[in-house]
Amino acid sequence: MDLNFTADELAFRDEVRTFCRSAIPPDIREKLIAGRHPSKDDKVRWTRILAQKGWAVPHWPIEYGGKGWTPVQQYIFGEEVSQTPAPEPAGSGINLVGPVIYTFGNEAQKKYFLPRIVNVDDWWCEGFSEPGAGSDLASLKTRAVRNGDHYIVNGQKIWTSLAQYSNWIFCLVRTDPDAKKQRGISFLLIDLKSPGVTVRPIQLFDGYPEVCEVFFDDVQVPVDNLVGEENRGWDYAKFVLGNGRVTIACVGLSKERIRRIKELALRTRVGGERLIDKADFRKKIAAVEVQLKALEMTQLRVVANQSKLEKGTQDPASSILKIKGSEIQQATAELLMDVIGPYALPYQSEEEFQRGEPAIGPDWAGPIAPAYFNGRKVPIYSGSDEIQKNIIAKVVLGL
Amino acid sequence: MDLDLSEEQRLLKNGVERLMREHYSFEDRRKYRTEKLGFSEAMWMRYAELGLLGLPFAEVHGGLGAGAVETMIVMEAFGKALILEPYFATVVLAGGVLRHGATEAQNSKLVPAIAEGRMKLAFAYAEPQSRYDLFDVETEAKRDGEGWVLNGTKGLVLHGDAADKIIVSARTAGGAREKVGIGLFLVDANAPGLMRRAYPTQDGLRAAEITLQNVRIGGADVIGDPAGAFPIISRVADEAIAALCAEAVGCFAEMHAITVNYLKTRKQFGTTIGSFQVLQHRAVDMFVELEQSCSMATYATMMAGERDVTERERALSAAKAQIGQSSKALGRQAIQLHGGIGMTMEYSIGHYFKHVTMIDASFGDTDHHLQRLASLGGLFGDQAIQR
Repeated sequence: MDLNFTADELAFRDEVRTFCRSAIPPDIREKLIAGRHPSKDDKVRWTRILAQKGWAVPHWPIEYGGKGWTPVQQYIFGEEVSQTPAPEPAGSGINLVGPVIYTFGNEAQKKYFLPRIVNVDDWWCEGFSEPGAGSDLASLKTRAVRNGDHYIVNGQKIWTSLAQYSNWIFCLVRTDPDAKKQRGISFLLIDLKSPGVTVRPIQLFDGYPEVCEVFFDDVQVPVDNLVGEENRGWDYAKFVLGNGRVTIACVGLSKERIRRIKELALRTRVGGERLIDKADFRKKIAAVEVQLKALEMTQLRVVANQSKLEKGTQDPASSILKIKGSEIQQATAELLMDVIGPYALPYQSEEEFQRGEPAIGPDWAGPIAPAYFNGRKVPIYSGSDEIQKNIIAKVVLGL
Repeated sequence: MDLDLSEEQRLLKNGVERLMREHYSFEDRRKYRTEKLGFSEAMWMRYAELGLLGLPFAEVHGGLGAGAVETMIVMEAFGKALILEPYFATVVLAGGVLRHGATEAQNSKLVPAIAEGRMKLAFAYAEPQSRYDLFDVETEAKRDGEGWVLNGTKGLVLHGDAADKIIVSARTAGGAREKVGIGLFLVDANAPGLMRRAYPTQDGLRAAEITLQNVRIGGADVIGDPAGAFPIISRVADEAIAALCAEAVGCFAEMHAITVNYLKTRKQFGTTIGSFQVLQHRAVDMFVELEQSCSMATYATMMAGERDVTERERALSAAKAQIGQSSKALGRQAIQLHGGIGMTMEYSIGHYFKHVTMIDASFGDTDHHLQRLASLGGLFGDQAIQR
């Protein structure tokens, strides 16, 4: 039993670290340190830099561009990218739909879509939730009716992240309305430029239009775009939701946040002394650090166990990663609010920033309150904390 | 990185767990408590037979030469069974002092006696005023020819009544709260001038307040530098924290299992109460605490031998803070989910709750360790300063 990285693992970490630090465009890095949202262009630029190096999809099978890294190496890579800080590679394509296509898709789909995902020629979004199907996802109503070589799709998706930037969406659609609700669902790939598709961004309360509504009005989708078997879409959806587990803890991101908190607390004076020197503030940070360290260790336990588990099964400890990870992300966002104090008040839009308007208050203040507001999404998305707890109670505890 | 146990470690784990399964039911424990010293002398000999009493000591002295991982394995199993014997006091605490401070001659005399079950030790590191500050030592040791004379009061000496010998921290120089000037002295429990007021602890163990009045010891019974033993104490304390974290995780695992089982069997409103979502979520909250604690106990084990003292202290403080926090969060739910039965002396859950609460109050509680961690600069963010 040895928690330390081996010499090879350390060398690998240094290699990744050195590459990320030198390859990340400085403007993107500064944006992330400040806590601002990277743009689509930022994410595409970074993903293509990784693709050039052969690192865009290291976790994929080697035949589709993967690196065949060990779980520990993959973990190190993810940590180093998020601590650079660099953006997550274009997420929905690489992490969500790509693995579905290479696992369940047909040869034509693999051949066409996978290289385009690696090089970010396509930008993907996930069409799962609907206005009437949130936590109860399987009650989704968007219909796909087979008509010759096409499905005719009608319905509405919501909370679709960054659909306004996307040209493809992978959707859960109902193909058999008479089957039991999980059984009549299929997994369709839909070109967002198809006639009858309408995308309407929704502004979140921090001001960022991060999600969209997507409407389908008699949209024709070639039958060739069905992934796997008809009416087996629920299985593929579970596969998608299960895949995000190890990275969902966002340990690297939270570590980076803690650094930011300390850095800003060094520059901030309260009552004549530096905020970082105030014992009660340091103790508050320490309390979050303890939780984060514990989460990191839990994640390492999961990673170390991964290779031993039967395919398709999950380490029980992995189920807590999202719950605890989101709790810590809230806590770090709150600490940043403590640091900024009253200059959390001024609101400056992204457009003002782009125009180069001078900052109101400290130049680092602007993104802090919006990030705190935006962070409330974490315990809601990708299976709310309550749904996660239902799953753990049932699957792990047998209740 | 490799989190697997070795073959030998797996055998050790199986061996201790089997011993506990066969001889340490909650009923057995109740009987052991009524024995003279409040624990089972027969179990102590079984620990000796299994090699547990010599586990961390060097093989040349009759030990097994095992490391922190082995101690973690044993302490976790002991935590599950809630053992009463002075293993922690003798092997982890006093044993730690011997391993890190004793001379060849001292070790070759004491270790075989400990390993064979013939000698129990206690470590008197605390005093009534010292709270969690190991350097707050007022007991005095004065030179007396070749030997020393000890005067003062030591408090909360775990298993001080069962001990044959007691290792006492005492000041030979420096001011009351200075880290320099502290020595360690091996005192015979029956030495003239040593008085023990023994008592039960909240969680069913035993401890003693010890008064030393002109207690004389020979020059050969000093452990380490008589004016510079504090690094030994702090190192032993960090190892003790790792061991307590593992023991607490054993307790937590059992508390969680007992509670989930209760939720599956207890019926109200015509159904098992585990079918209620609010109770399911609380059981999950307990599970989260258990997993996080397990992770930190592992971390503590890995870092207990770290050479960089600051890194070691940061890690051990973080682990102890986690365990203390979890003992409250998990313990509270464990009792609450049982309702009335959980409040009774005859049911096990309250005994676990008491023990983990006492673990929190040993070697620094959550508050103490968060403060220590904060004052050491925390766990992350050195690069913040460099950036």
